[in-house]
Amino acid sequence: MEETLIASPETGSTRKMTLNMGPQHPSTHGVLRIVLELDGETILTAAPDIGYLHTGIEKEFEVKLYAQGTPLTDRVDYLANLSNNLCYALTVERLLGLEIPARANYTRVMMAELTRLNSHLVWLGTHALDIGAMSMFFYCMREREDILRIFEMFSGQRMMTSYIRIGGLALDHPRGGLDAVKKFVDSFPSKVDEYESLLDQNPIWKNRTQGVGYIALDDMLDLGVTGPMIRAAGVAWDIRKSEPYSGYDQFDFDIPTRQEGDVYARYQVRMDEMRQSTRIIQQTLAGMPEGPFKADAPKVMLPEREKMKTQMEALIYHFKIVTEGFAVPKGEAYVAVESPRGELAYYIVSDGGPKPYRVHMRTPSFGNLQALPAMIEGALIADSIAGLGSMDFVLGDVDR
Amino acid sequence: MIAESVLARPDVAAALETLPGAISAGAESHGEVTLAVSPDHLVALADFFKSQQGFERLSAVTCVDWYPREPRFEVVYQLHSLRFNRRLRLKVTLGGASPEVESLVGVWRGANWYEREVFDLFGVTFLHHPNLRRILMPEGWQGHPLRKDFPVHGYKYSYQEG
Repeated sequence: MEETLIASPETGSTRKMTLNMGPQHPSTHGVLRIVLELDGETILTAAPDIGYLHTGIEKEFEVKLYAQGTPLTDRVDYLANLSNNLCYALTVERLLGLEIPARANYTRVMMAELTRLNSHLVWLGTHALDIGAMSMFFYCMREREDILRIFEMFSGQRMMTSYIRIGGLALDHPRGGLDAVKKFVDSFPSKVDEYESLLDQNPIWKNRTQGVGYIALDDMLDLGVTGPMIRAAGVAWDIRKSEPYSGYDQFDFDIPTRQEGDVYARYQVRMDEMRQSTRIIQQTLAGMPEGPFKADAPKVMLPEREKMKTQMEALIYHFKIVTEGFAVPKGEAYVAVESPRGELAYYIVSDGGPKPYRVHMRTPSFGNLQALPAMIEGALIADSIAGLGSMDFVLGDVDR
Repeated sequence: MIAESVLARPDVAAALETLPGAISAGAESHGEVTLAVSPDHLVALADFFKSQQGFERLSAVTCVDWYPREPRFEVVYQLHSLRFNRRLRLKVTLGGASPEVESLVGVWRGANWYEREVFDLFGVTFLHHPNLRRILMPEGWQGHPLRKDFPVHGYKYSYQEG
């Protein structure tokens, strides 16, 4: 970032300056470029320039079988991959009319909440690092490592899990898997206390975040902002409550809200969300049902290995599902879930074939980032960094 | 042709009364309501839904290309009402020769980027859009990659510098 202020000799005043922030600036959390027009330290206009991470995932869906789409969903929002797995699976399941067994639903909720913790931890670490609290980053990465180990236990992968599949889960729980989750969530609330003890009353943190990055609630709704950002402005809207999926209505949790709508309120909302997620995970562990982890749909779900060795039908189904895929009835579905960043929705159009005709991902980061000019225009450059961090966007999620 | 279950919805019934002729079809599947809207009435209807029926959010705008069928493009608007916890999908069908429709930026400012994305990837023009430029693809890109007649692996020379 190069900064040159040139005084014009005639008037002695300074002139406006155009500054490129990004696409390789560490505070933009990926490859985001913002063209800023500055008057001294004040931002007059901000124009986000996106698309550096555009990989054409939506086009790629159209040439892949439905089951082959799941690994693509991991790569959209790489900090909330299980939320994306879940949303894709739910949308296809709605088109197929599949009934998901309770064990799979409980595990899905557990994994989705662990993903929320994972994502919020990365957000907290990097956001605090941007504002100058470096030790937070190390603490958050330490806890995140535990979550990634749990993901690895369950799915074999730390980040690109593809654990939630159409019709259920990829695998049943591994041996000791639930114990590892239990151990983690038992100790995690004390870790959140630790983070809060470092930041909540920290005068530097409060000075940098309170009253900064405010956007009026009406503007946010108009611009398509969702998730913790609007909850920090007083709207108790959470898709887990308003349109429950995967049995979220069976769990007891609150929607944290704040009224101020600034960076500090967003911080408080996300910290509370981490506690609520821990509560949900504890409930899934306590009530984890026994039984199948996949829907009973032999034409859609791959048969068990053992059955393939003894039953002709299982072998035939396996061959057909792998080579031809399964046909999804003609129609369209739009299913939204509450990802760590807000409303994540997949809109899938099927023409009755084994490949989706069209997949549109309504990603929360894209909608949220649109409000960036409204937030930082008129603010100082230094405050824009705090504001950017509080939006918690992932550029993979923006550009797809 | 509007299905019975769609007519039973108060917001749809009110829209039919206020703007007759705007909605040409309505269907419900998987609990989701879709209305087919004539392009001429789109802005008025969207404004009605926002100001009178509590649809304060436009969740997304996207497009489906039914190539080689004509009319080829379906622009899809996903509306959401926080107040009534309701969703609604509007669809506008456009021909392939010069697909254009009024922009909804005047109703929901959030339509801005979504319409730019549809313009970029499908080549649908949104009239009176304040800033209709490519958003995801580079400026010098030729063609619209999400169209069905655009090959998945692209063309060798789709991108031209400058």
